[in-house]
Amino acid sequence: MATFYETGPGYPVTESIRVDRVSPTARRIHAVRAFVVLVFAIITLIPVFVMGITAFKSRADVVSVPPKIIFKPTLEGFVFLFTERAVVSKVRLPEFQKKAEAGELSLFERIALNTGQEITGPSDYVDRLKNSLIIAGISTILSVGLGLFAAYAFSRFPIGGKDDLLFFILSTRMLPPVVVTIPLFLMYRQLGLHDSHLGMILLYTVFNLSLSVWLLKGFIDEIPIEYEEAALVDGYTRFQAFYKIVLPQAVTGIAATTVFCLIFAWNEYAFALMLTSDDARTAPPSIATMLGRGGIEWSAIAAGSLGFLIPVVIVTFALRNYLLRGVTFGAIRR
Amino acid sequence: MATIELQKVEKRFGDFQAVKPMDLTIHDGEFVVLLGPSGCGKTTTLRMISGLEAVTSGTILLDGRNVTWLHPSERDIAFVFQLYALYPHISVRDNIAFPLRAQGESKETIEKRVKEVVDLLQIGHLLDARPGKLSGGDQQRVALARALVRRPAAFLMDEPLGALDADFRESMRAEIKQLHIDQHATTVYVTHDQVEAMAMGDRIVVMSDAEIQQIGTPSEVYYKPANVFVARFIGSPGMNLARGHYSEGRVRLKGQNNVYAVPDDWQQALGKALGGSGDVLVGFRPEAARISADGPIAGEVYATELQGAYVMLYININEDEIIHIRAERIHQHQIGDTVRFDIDPRMVRFFDPASERAITREAAQ
Repeated sequence: MATFYETGPGYPVTESIRVDRVSPTARRIHAVRAFVVLVFAIITLIPVFVMGITAFKSRADVVSVPPKIIFKPTLEGFVFLFTERAVVSKVRLPEFQKKAEAGELSLFERIALNTGQEITGPSDYVDRLKNSLIIAGISTILSVGLGLFAAYAFSRFPIGGKDDLLFFILSTRMLPPVVVTIPLFLMYRQLGLHDSHLGMILLYTVFNLSLSVWLLKGFIDEIPIEYEEAALVDGYTRFQAFYKIVLPQAVTGIAATTVFCLIFAWNEYAFALMLTSDDARTAPPSIATMLGRGGIEWSAIAAGSLGFLIPVVIVTFALRNYLLRGVTFGAIRR
Repeated sequence: MATIELQKVEKRFGDFQAVKPMDLTIHDGEFVVLLGPSGCGKTTTLRMISGLEAVTSGTILLDGRNVTWLHPSERDIAFVFQLYALYPHISVRDNIAFPLRAQGESKETIEKRVKEVVDLLQIGHLLDARPGKLSGGDQQRVALARALVRRPAAFLMDEPLGALDADFRESMRAEIKQLHIDQHATTVYVTHDQVEAMAMGDRIVVMSDAEIQQIGTPSEVYYKPANVFVARFIGSPGMNLARGHYSEGRVRLKGQNNVYAVPDDWQQALGKALGGSGDVLVGFRPEAARISADGPIAGEVYATELQGAYVMLYININEDEIIHIRAERIHQHQIGDTVRFDIDPRMVRFFDPASERAITREAAQ
């Protein structure tokens, strides 16, 4: 933005730029555009913002009407999220007060006590998050890895019935997942894959594979075959050529595909709800079940969702350069 | 350095015959140009030599070693692509060192060899740049360096100058030729540009319709084309081919009253090839025509083109038969003028219109 306003009439034009990008009209249009984009960005971010502040609100603040923007932040939500609690009986209250005065209570215990509860043990939220990380992480690596090889083969080798195969791969995404959950549930119970990490990893891998094959094939098609031929003649094997030449140039596509696959596996709800119960239950269905117990713990749900966002944000942020870079500046003129 | 031998090498893509069975021997240190219009099979031939394309049948020998079914990496040949195919994600230095790394050379050796070849091509200042930042010519130099650095048995070049600007192409042409003279490396060079082929080749292999039309030195293919295709294809414009009928030492050209007296040393050959008399094509290059008032052939000036040093006249010698004649600038020819000319007897050629093959004096002896 800043650089934009430094070009235009009255400023020296020091780089190659079209007139229609710096003319006074263009500047006004650009300002309007920037404003619209800003408004859209704000609208999009409001739910995230609300979630963020809700996570730090006390029970009373959460339900206040109109919603409070300024409030006294508390960690109540996080305490509720990470712990199992019980109501403290009147009889034992003085005992706790004594402990509190002696400074023997932890931060979490004190906050729980403020709402009249004692902590009875840790909640399973951390386990669920761990399951989500394992299942989404491994299935993403598998679907991108397998997808990369498949896409390379589809892009480079003459394969009999190539178009039909590609269509078949795509067709796995043509019906809504919910439709296959019941048969899958029955199959998984027979195979002993129900509520197992392996089962969920396999499922998400298969589901993401069609996306990754199609996406990556597009990216690999863009890489001219001459590069690999040059490497072959230069004394490299096919796999070395793939590894040294194709892979570095497909990095943009791999990053984009990784993010898409990760987001799908990370957010998936329906399968996880049906096919897992405890050992392999992932975060999305478990956050939703928090709605149930004795009134809605909005702050705990918000805190849980916030924690749930973090890994995807980190991965996307780490790969942002590749995602934004778009095409590489190749040395082959087309 | 090596000899490359193709024995009955053939390529089919399904029903399509890309290269008809061909025999070709490229001698050690020779610069051979595969020349032909696009789609004639020249690039496929080159790719078969490199191993990037498998042969349908036939044998390829490299220094007597059968390499027909060897992987490209096992053939010890270097390939220069038309679009350079420099790896965009690594520096020029790494691009040049890339083939050496495949051979597992030591760091010192790689450094030394890269320096040698970089000095030879004078691209030392480009080593740390990315290929995408370089000009077309510099990219081509880097591509050549990458080919040279390995000291391969042979170089294969697929239209390496095709993507360059016209004026630059000429200087690169000289550079590549000079490099070949220095290194004396067996080189197979593919091009569709006959000027390039004439300028660079020790021998030219003219291809068309998936087969070899003629193999010969530049002067052989220029002055003694083996058939009508080569006659027309080589030279710009190509050889003039006037239709006529031969009998008793004379060719009566189609249409007007043009009668050309066949030089004595050709009469026996023509008589034998045509069985006494028959239709014939009289071939002569534009520079073989001599304009003179008493020339035996007459035509009307259809167009003139000033080419700088000379004027190219388009002469209509028959209703739809236009031939080219190179004329001195001092002659002023107007469109519509009648021009008479003779043909230099040393530079006239004859072709059989049925078989389209050249009629040669050697065959008559």
